[in-house]
Amino acid sequence: MILNTGKPAAPAKGASPVAGKNGHSIINERPKPMMAGLKTVETKMKPKTAPAAKLPPPSEDPERIARARERAQTLIMPILAILFVGLFWELYSSRDGVVLPGPIATIKGSWNLIAHPWFDNGPNDKGLGWQLLSSLARVGIGYSLAAVLGVLLGIIIGKSVMAFKALDPIFQVLRTIPPLAWLPISLATFNKADPSAIFVIFITAIWPIIINTSVGILRIPADYENVAKVYQLRGSRYFFKVMLPSAAPYIFTGLRIAIGMAWLAIVAAEMLTGGVGIGFFIWDSWNSSRMSDIIVSVVYVGLIGLTLDRIVAKIASLFGTRGD
Amino acid sequence: MDAAGKTGDAVKDRLAENEAKFVDISGVHKLFGSGKSRYHALAGVDLRIAKGEFVSIIGHSGCGKSTLLNLVAGLYLPTTGSVAVNGKEVTEPGLDRAVVFQSHSLLPWLSVLDNVLVAVDSVYPEKSREFRLEEAKKFVEMVHLTPHMNKKPGQLSGGMKQRVGIARAFAADPQVLLLDEPFGALDALTRGSMQDELTTIWESNRKTVMMITHDVDEAVFLSDRIVLMSNGPAAVIAKVVEVPIPRPRTREALLEDSHYLEIRKELLHYLIGTGHAAAA
Repeated sequence: MILNTGKPAAPAKGASPVAGKNGHSIINERPKPMMAGLKTVETKMKPKTAPAAKLPPPSEDPERIARARERAQTLIMPILAILFVGLFWELYSSRDGVVLPGPIATIKGSWNLIAHPWFDNGPNDKGLGWQLLSSLARVGIGYSLAAVLGVLLGIIIGKSVMAFKALDPIFQVLRTIPPLAWLPISLATFNKADPSAIFVIFITAIWPIIINTSVGILRIPADYENVAKVYQLRGSRYFFKVMLPSAAPYIFTGLRIAIGMAWLAIVAAEMLTGGVGIGFFIWDSWNSSRMSDIIVSVVYVGLIGLTLDRIVAKIASLFGTRGD
Repeated sequence: MDAAGKTGDAVKDRLAENEAKFVDISGVHKLFGSGKSRYHALAGVDLRIAKGEFVSIIGHSGCGKSTLLNLVAGLYLPTTGSVAVNGKEVTEPGLDRAVVFQSHSLLPWLSVLDNVLVAVDSVYPEKSREFRLEEAKKFVEMVHLTPHMNKKPGQLSGGMKQRVGIARAFAADPQVLLLDEPFGALDALTRGSMQDELTTIWESNRKTVMMITHDVDEAVFLSDRIVLMSNGPAAVIAKVVEVPIPRPRTREALLEDSHYLEIRKELLHYLIGTGHAAAA
């Protein structure tokens, strides 16, 4: 954090011949010698060898080619890997006695599910889109509650030694409890499936948020604390100008771990609580031996989990940037 | 008539006395830790700084000079003894004692202007936003950073960062300016130009200054008085050297001045001597 991370833009560009802004600023500062220099060069040179002729055309610019190649690799390599895994899977499934349908059989068998995510034939027969949406809604509520309460509790135990000593042992025990272990307690308390599943999400997501936030608060550099003391930053100004930005990278780490855990927990919780939701849909498919539906659902669960993680990471990168 | 004149004189005397010991450090001991890890940093330090005086404190590293500055800043409290500024006991940090930190300590998520605004907002909480912005811009201009005022500290060079630190300290409108090795982290060339800039600002705006440094030339160039600290632990003030070189000072004039080499030699002799003692 205290390291000099703030000047990545400066060095590399100056060296390249197409030095955009950096080159410009140098020219702006000292226009005359540069122009004079160019003129003398031009008059000495034959008109045919203009400076532009020395540069390779854009299509042959080695730096550009290298970049294009790199981009192609990051695109092509994963596709190759997916094809390879698919091929392996297809070969395995085509053997005798294997229940698992191959990729082609999966797409054929569940085409209705893939093609029509938004069908709705009553409460017990809905498209995958609805199933995922109701799971996301539960995660959204549980996770939001966990985020708000987790950050608040994290700040309190990060700022108060007394609160830390009192609550830390309790948190350390509670955070190791697997999400599903909370479900019976939750069902007994709420007597309903939906709030119970939301509570499981909440209780799963809150620990990494609390713990990372409190660590972030504890690690506010002494330098910033001294600035706040000398220049009288108090109350809300201290909160928004020193504490929150300083702890933000830690808070977002917690939030990112938490969203992953929440999404992991929802599938398991829904399998037990039933109703509309991707977890119960998978369980229901298993009970009706619709293997291809399970595979399609699992792929969707993975893709949504990845998307959630990326969204939180993106928000974090908007707040977490800090150069010293 | 007579009685009134006498009370007038008494008030004047008290004012004069107050100005002579604007910063009043008396009998200060500072201990850190307890038991076996107890460290006696300062052992009975007495120092008075007059109003408008520029005093440097110089000594080997670990001699407790930063501790002394933090005591005046109110970031530490003395174990025994007392520190007072303008007749008021120091019990906590405050805007009347602005600090320029060695590590510049700018808030990296705020722009140059916002970093200066942090101090201005604290000085004038009741004034309008426009007024405070104008005030902050004035101090950014004072250190010639107006073209960079919207940049983040990460985009600035070391010298520019420290100039923001200086602007922030002046923006707090302090009674005493505390400089904690302000140029220690800068290269020699930048340091020279920063010293020139600081003298120019100081000449036009004679704040009381207490500066920690380990650069002898810097101390002689900037100070009215130089305080030499003995080596820690249990550091005390070993020697106080007056710098009777007329102001405004320039580097060229300094080289001509008969006092300059003498003072420089005196300081170096002391530092080299104590350095050997510390090494032995």
